[in-house]
Amino acid sequence: MDLNGYSTTGFYDELITDAGTPRPAAVPLMDRLFELEQGEIQQRQRAAERALFESGTTFNVYHEEQATERIIPFDVVPRIIESDVWDRVEKGLKQRIQALNHFLTDIYGPQHILQDGTIPREYVDLDNPTFQKCMTLHPPRGVWCHISGIDLVRTDGDEFYVLEDNLRCPSGVSYVLENRRVLKQTFPRVFGSLPIRSVDDYAEKLLATLEHLAPRGIDRPQTVVMTPGIYNSAYFEHSYLAQQMGVPLVEGSDLIVHDGFVKMKTTRGLQRVDVIYRRIDDDFIDPGCFNPDSALGVRGIMDVYRSGRVALANAPGAGIADNKVIYAFVPKMIEYYLDQDPILPNVETFLCGREADCTYVLDNLDKLVVKPANEAGGKGIMVGPHASQAERDAYAEVIAKDPRGYIAQPTLSLSRVPTVVDEQLEGRHVDLRPYILYGKDIHVLPGGLTRVALRKNSLVVNSSQGGGTKDTWVLAQNGHATD
Amino acid sequence: MLLSRVANSIYWMNRYIERAENIARFIDVNLQLSLDQFTPASDPWGPLIDVTGDREAFDKLYDSTTRANVMRFLTLDREYPNSIANCIALARDNARTIRDIITSEMWQQINAMHITVKRAADDVIREDRPVDFYRSVKEGCLLFSANTDATMSHNEGFEFCKLGRMLERADKTSRVMDVKYFLLLPDAEDVGGALDTVQWAALLRSVGALEMYRQVHGVITPGNVAAFLILDRQFPRSLTHCLEQAQGALTHITGVHNGHSSPVQRCVGRLRSQLQFSQIDEIIDFGLHEYIDDTQTQLNKIDESIDKAFFRFTPPAEDIFAQQSAQMQQ
Repeated sequence: MDLNGYSTTGFYDELITDAGTPRPAAVPLMDRLFELEQGEIQQRQRAAERALFESGTTFNVYHEEQATERIIPFDVVPRIIESDVWDRVEKGLKQRIQALNHFLTDIYGPQHILQDGTIPREYVDLDNPTFQKCMTLHPPRGVWCHISGIDLVRTDGDEFYVLEDNLRCPSGVSYVLENRRVLKQTFPRVFGSLPIRSVDDYAEKLLATLEHLAPRGIDRPQTVVMTPGIYNSAYFEHSYLAQQMGVPLVEGSDLIVHDGFVKMKTTRGLQRVDVIYRRIDDDFIDPGCFNPDSALGVRGIMDVYRSGRVALANAPGAGIADNKVIYAFVPKMIEYYLDQDPILPNVETFLCGREADCTYVLDNLDKLVVKPANEAGGKGIMVGPHASQAERDAYAEVIAKDPRGYIAQPTLSLSRVPTVVDEQLEGRHVDLRPYILYGKDIHVLPGGLTRVALRKNSLVVNSSQGGGTKDTWVLAQNGHATD
Repeated sequence: MLLSRVANSIYWMNRYIERAENIARFIDVNLQLSLDQFTPASDPWGPLIDVTGDREAFDKLYDSTTRANVMRFLTLDREYPNSIANCIALARDNARTIRDIITSEMWQQINAMHITVKRAADDVIREDRPVDFYRSVKEGCLLFSANTDATMSHNEGFEFCKLGRMLERADKTSRVMDVKYFLLLPDAEDVGGALDTVQWAALLRSVGALEMYRQVHGVITPGNVAAFLILDRQFPRSLTHCLEQAQGALTHITGVHNGHSSPVQRCVGRLRSQLQFSQIDEIIDFGLHEYIDDTQTQLNKIDESIDKAFFRFTPPAEDIFAQQSAQMQQ
C-alpha cells in the first residue's frame, strides 16, 4: 500500500498534504498502512464489516414481509483531528447550543427576539399547531435540547463550518461507539500509540444527563428510552442505547397515564416512569394533544409533562429551532443572547423567502445546493452543478411555489479523507456530526460521526443515499492517552 | 422488571422454537418409519397432519396427503402459520423486538436458523437426504435452548423462556400421543393383541423417548408407553415433567410458592396435581383419548390465564408499520 497516484488536487485532504506526504498527526497511521501487504487492507476492511454485522449494528431497510438488515458501509481509515482544532470546535458547539436554548426559551415565552425585529416573525414556524401547543411550556431545568447533533464541514485546514443543527432526534451515535470498538480491533498498534480521546463514557454521560431532568425529590429516577418500534430505521440505536445505559426500551403501547403519572406495564403491574428519552417526533407523542392518529404515543402524556411529573428529552417544541431557515439566524442568536461573536461560522445561506436572495438563487441554480427547509436525510436536495438543466428548471418551479420552504448554499469543496477503494486509497468527501449533551453541564462527545460520500466525486454523505462512516480520532493534548 | 410486551415476546419466541423442533422431530421419525415398511400403510403421512390439529388448513391448500404435500405444508408453507419456516420466522420476529434482553448468542442462533430454513426452499422436499435438514432444525432449536440456559441470566425473562417451552412441549407430546396411540390401538380391548412394535417404537422416537423408555420399562406395551409419556416424572418430555417445570417457572415469576391465590397458578397447579396423582389404569379406563383431550383443554386455559395475568396485550394499530417507519431520525 502506498500513496502513488493519490490525488489531493482541488480539495483539502485531512490526512495528506498537497506534497503527497502524511500530515504530522497522521504519520503513525499512514506508516502502518504502508507496512500492510497486498490485499491486507481489504481483509481488515471485511473483518471490520463482519464484526459490525455480527454485533447487529445494522440499518433497517424494513419491508413488511422481509427484514433486510445491512450495515452502513464502514471504512477502516479513520479521520484524525488535532487537539487544539477540536478544543476550538468544542467551544463553538457549546456556545451555539446555549444560544439555541436561549432562543427556545424566548420563543415559547416573551419572544423578545421577534418583538424587536432581530428575527423577522415570518421566518419562525409559529403557525404550526404542534408548536403552538408548546407555548408557555417550561421544560425541566430550563433545557430544551438535551441531545443534539450539529453537523460540521470543513473546506480547508482552518475553519469548521456549521452545516445544520439537529435538535429533535439526532441519530448515529451508536455507530460512533461501535465504529470505535471495531477500529480498536482493526488497528490496535496504531491506536495504542496515539493519544486518542475516549468515547466510551457516552452512555454514562447520557444517563446522567437524563437523570438530571428527573422531577425533584426522587431517590432513584426511572429512565426509559422510547422507540417508535422495530420498523423504524434507527431501531438498532434505540435498543443499543437502552442496553448501554441499562434502562428499559419501551414503545408507546408499554406506557399508560395513570393517577397523574406515566407508568410502564410490567408483569408485576404498573411502574412509574420519571424520565423519557423519546425518539419519537413531537407530533406523535400524545394523540390526545397532537396528531390524533398516532399509534406510537401515550395519551395524556403531555398533561403529565406539563405538571412536571415526567421529563421528556428532547423537550417537545425544540423542533421550531431545527430547520434550515432558522439555522441562518443562529449567528445572530449568539450575538443577541450571549453578546459574543460566533466561534463557528455558518455556511453562507440564501433564504428564498427573501426576495433578493430568491432572485439570486434562481439565477445561479447551477452553482448552488438547494435544500427544502424541513426535510432530513438529504431528501429533496438538488446539487446544482451536478443536475441537468431540466432538473434545475423543475426545481425552479418548486421553489416558486413555496419560496419560504427553500434555502440555498454555495457548493462547498468539502474536505476529503483517504478511503479504501479496491486495494488503494482515494480521497472521499466527509462531514462530521458531533453529539452534544446538555444536562447539568454541556458535554461534547470528542469527534462524533464522520460520514463519507463513498461514490467518487459525490458530495452526498447520507447513509440512505450511498454514504458510509468512519471512526473519528480526536487527539488528546500533550500526548496523554485517555483510551 | 419485565415489560408485559417483552414477557409476551419471550414466551412466544420459545413456544415457536419448541414447536419447530417438535415438527422437525415428527417428520424425521416419519421419514425413517416410511423406509421400514415393506407394504406401505394406507396413509403414512396423514396422521402427521392430524397431530397438528390443522387438518382443515391442509385440506384448503392440498388435495391429498402425499409425502411431498405433507412435508411442504409442515416445513415451508408460508400459508400455514405453524410450518417450520413460519415458526422460525415468528420466533425471529419476536427475538428482534427483544434484542436488548436476549444475549447476542441467542440472537445469532435464531438468525442463523432463519437463514438456513429460508435457503432450504424447495430442495428439501425433493432431496435424497431431507433427514439432514430436519436434523439441523432440531439441533438448531436445541442449541437455542442450550444458549439460553448457558448465557441468559436466570432472571424473570429466563423463567418465561422456560414456561413457554414447557407448555408447548406438553401440548405437542399430548397431541402426538393422541393421534398415534389412537391409530395403533383404536379400542381399549386391543390391549394384549398383536403389536406392531415398529410403529410403537416410532411413536416413542417421535418424542425422543425410545432409549429412556427401554431403561425404565424394557419391553413395549401400550400401557407402559402411555404411562411413560404422561406420568414419568423424570423423562423431560413427559406431560408430568413439563407441568412440573412450568409450575416451577411460575413460582419464580410470581415469587409465590405453593400459590393458590392467583388464577394462573391455580390453573397450572390443578393440571399438575391431576397428572401427579393419576394412575395409568385409571387413565386407560377413563379413555386415553378423553384424558388427553381434557389435558389439552386445560393447557389452553393455562395459556389464556398466562396472557391475562402477565401480558394483557393490546393489538397494534393498523397502520403501525407506516407510522413507525416514517418517524424521521435526523
